[in-house]
Amino acid sequence: MTDMLTPAEPTKLTRKDFVAEQEVRWCPGCGDYSILAQTQKVMPDFGVPKENIVFISGIGCSGRLPYYMNTYGFHSIHGRAPTLATGLKIARPELMIWVATGDGDALSIGGNHFLHSMRRNVDFTMVMHNNRIYGLTKGQTSPTSEFGKRTKSTPMGSVDRPVMPLTLALAAEATFVARTVDTHTEHMQQTLEAAGRHRGASYVEVLQNCNIFNDGAWREFTERDVRDDRMLVLEHGKPLIFGKDRNKGIRLRGLHPEVVTIGEDGVTEADLAVHDQYAEDPYLALILSRMFWPEFPVPVGILREVDRPTYSDLVDAQIEQAIAKSGPGDLAKALLAGETWTVE
Amino acid sequence: MTTTAQGPEREVRELDRVTIRFAGDSGDGMQLTGTQFTRTAAVFGNDISTFPDYPAEIRAPAGSLPGVSGFQISFSALDIHTPGDAPDVLVAMNPAALKANLVDLPAGGAIIVNSDAFTKANLSKAAYAANPLEDDSLKAYKLFRVPISTLNAAALEGLEMTGKQIDLTKNFFALGLMFWLYERSMEPTLRWIDEKFGSRPVIAEANRRALRAGYAFGDTTEMFHETYRVPKAKLPPGTYRNITGNEATALGFLAAAHAAKRPLFYGSYPITPASDILHQLSAYKSFGVKSFQAEDEIAAMGATIGAAYGGALALTGTSGPGVALKTEAIGLAVMTELPVVIVNVQRAGPSTGLPTKVEQADLFQAIFGRNGEAPLPVVAPATPGECFSMAIEASRLALKYMTPVMYLSDAFVGNGAEPWRVPSPDELPDISVPNSVKEDGPYLPYARDPETLSRPWAVPGTPGLEHRIGGLEKLNGLGTVSYDADNHHLMTKLRHDKVAGIANDIPDLEVFGPERGDLLILGWGSTYGALRSATERLQAEGKSVAHAHLRHLFPFPKNTGDVVRSYKTVLIPELNLGQLWFVIRGTYLVDALAYGRVRGKPFRISEIVDEANRLLAERS
Repeated sequence: MTDMLTPAEPTKLTRKDFVAEQEVRWCPGCGDYSILAQTQKVMPDFGVPKENIVFISGIGCSGRLPYYMNTYGFHSIHGRAPTLATGLKIARPELMIWVATGDGDALSIGGNHFLHSMRRNVDFTMVMHNNRIYGLTKGQTSPTSEFGKRTKSTPMGSVDRPVMPLTLALAAEATFVARTVDTHTEHMQQTLEAAGRHRGASYVEVLQNCNIFNDGAWREFTERDVRDDRMLVLEHGKPLIFGKDRNKGIRLRGLHPEVVTIGEDGVTEADLAVHDQYAEDPYLALILSRMFWPEFPVPVGILREVDRPTYSDLVDAQIEQAIAKSGPGDLAKALLAGETWTVE
Repeated sequence: MTTTAQGPEREVRELDRVTIRFAGDSGDGMQLTGTQFTRTAAVFGNDISTFPDYPAEIRAPAGSLPGVSGFQISFSALDIHTPGDAPDVLVAMNPAALKANLVDLPAGGAIIVNSDAFTKANLSKAAYAANPLEDDSLKAYKLFRVPISTLNAAALEGLEMTGKQIDLTKNFFALGLMFWLYERSMEPTLRWIDEKFGSRPVIAEANRRALRAGYAFGDTTEMFHETYRVPKAKLPPGTYRNITGNEATALGFLAAAHAAKRPLFYGSYPITPASDILHQLSAYKSFGVKSFQAEDEIAAMGATIGAAYGGALALTGTSGPGVALKTEAIGLAVMTELPVVIVNVQRAGPSTGLPTKVEQADLFQAIFGRNGEAPLPVVAPATPGECFSMAIEASRLALKYMTPVMYLSDAFVGNGAEPWRVPSPDELPDISVPNSVKEDGPYLPYARDPETLSRPWAVPGTPGLEHRIGGLEKLNGLGTVSYDADNHHLMTKLRHDKVAGIANDIPDLEVFGPERGDLLILGWGSTYGALRSATERLQAEGKSVAHAHLRHLFPFPKNTGDVVRSYKTVLIPELNLGQLWFVIRGTYLVDALAYGRVRGKPFRISEIVDEANRLLAERS
């Protein structure tokens, strides 16, 4: 098997090579523009020839992304992008596959495929545009919409409790789980780059603004003037510190995280939890995945990154093992399997 | 029929054909018993046809009527097409098996019962008020009471086994007895026992002893006054094996991948009666076959489309309820014009229906069951052996025309077995198609081959052909998203014409019998055997009757209209309430008549003969 990350002849592509001719048709001001731009920007860094890259999407505004990438692309049907990605990856393990999806696509109609593609550790990167609303169908409640949210389909407020995508990804055994924000372009580039380099099922939640049907969904903690105090940027090996003055942190009391201020009540940096994205056990990542504004700063960055054999590696290994044991399949023999007799 | 003497006490009677039904509790091993008898008869050189009939429950309450499992085998010196309308011999391992099957046994038929099982408790579970072995209720039949459990236990004495383990081998006693009665060698089954239980010598010995004890019982008891001999059938020369439809389907797709020079991908979700295909293809890893047990039917279809997009010969297999779930994704394969095969081993519906029973009621679903104008070719094998060639045909059409293809098998053809002449790999047609390569000018993923109207197949990894496809309507040629009204009409027509044009690339509908006449019996799929046998019988009576059997259901062979217009009456028997009938009438404006039965069972030859005779009398 060829290693897709180290092509024989390094290709020197630029962002422009990944821009398709198709006119981009998202609403002006949509967070998807930023996701597309950062994706195009990091793509050359992988050194993968663009013919070996495939973007697969489902339905929703995120579903349009493949049209704008000058790679191979497949705009499939609602919720099913992970299934196409799984089949393609099994058939063609050398390809680099990206899945563009949204909160409705991945977590509602495609919830089952989300779970199973993650637990199988299929080697693709799923980027979920989370705007907490159904945008393309013009504004109904989504699985990440807040409880009580008033939408066209829930005029008196939603009575659904929202799902926490990162918790779900961790529970589904995704081997790479991260979160970033549409407006934090550099952070998104770093996150997408790390996700793309990870071998296995990578899940990236992008907090994305739908300025038409759910404007400002994440504004309370993502705006420039408040984000340092209301978001927690995760860095491996570093204590969980946040705040404009870098004086706030997360301390664990047993299983419970709490916000503390360094220098108050005798709290020092040594009391804070230290991030370990490579931890084999998922406990810290699970705690982080449950932390959210306003009770906590919202964690962004890589929650978990562990190395496990990918699905297609295991499939291919079984084939090699079967061939090593009994030689390559012989069709004539298979046709004659069992007892035969001859009629003269 | 000849009678020859064999020693002073017993006669050997030569018969053209015998039909045996083994019936017992679903835990009694009747499917295995039937399969062993089938192999033995097949290896001997008889023509055979089988009908396994088992309950949906793995172990229904022991001794109960719903728990009865049966296996019917017909073996013959002649060319036969069905497992027989009615058994000549019923082997009943308990009262419930007797009660459930007696209705099919004609007067004068033989019943061999395990008399040990006719206990008060078992009789009551089968709702018998009195023991039928002890009153006159079976006097119309030849009844043989054999204390199989006792005799078998005695034969196994001294082996370190529990009473329950010993009881589990009694089916082989019954099998041994039937081998003796029909002069069959025990060798194939003894070899099978060695292979199967080689690592468990006690179990192997127990099964050998049970088999031999049954055989010896027949030889020594004075119960039977004659044995029977069914000579070899005159089959065309070649090497043969016994094969079920599901086995032939799996092998056919393995061969199709070889003939297409592409790797095989099979994405599936377990469902009765199609799971055998998943099991078999999963065992072909040394061929590079990639089988994928998906999380659900939809994922199986999605993964199959993904694999096809990547250049594999990709298929999925399921039954009707699974096709219902896959439907949206099949529409995507129509729109993206990717080659996939959807195997539907039909079972009785609607909804969960009768999961283990046969029906042909998914034809409408196959032809029409998608949103929008979404045509795709539909093919159906007629016999277990034909599943092999139709799997290759389905693959050929998918690849050549870049289209999803529906392959309609069913529970009867899938589970039933027949002798199959094994082809050599050199006999396979070349069904390979090329991948697109970079040429001058912009790449047109929806440019069409002028003859087939098929679009090119550009697989990821090909430099210079990066393009985007999807479920939205595509601009003709360039393949970008298009909402243009006229373009949608044009593309819809192109997809339609592409599939309709397949009629020029498939064999004509063959007619068995006169080219014009009083009655045409037209069918499709697994009813082939009953319809052909009925036609032979009617022709032998001097009636002007022909039989035609469709393998291509959409589009129809080009001459189908001419054929159906060449007879005074067209009768379309189906295991549904008239689905082909509806399509034939709609397509050709002929006043065809339907004969539909949905009993979860194949047709009996006699009911087709009766219906044909009724029509011939009424319309003459």
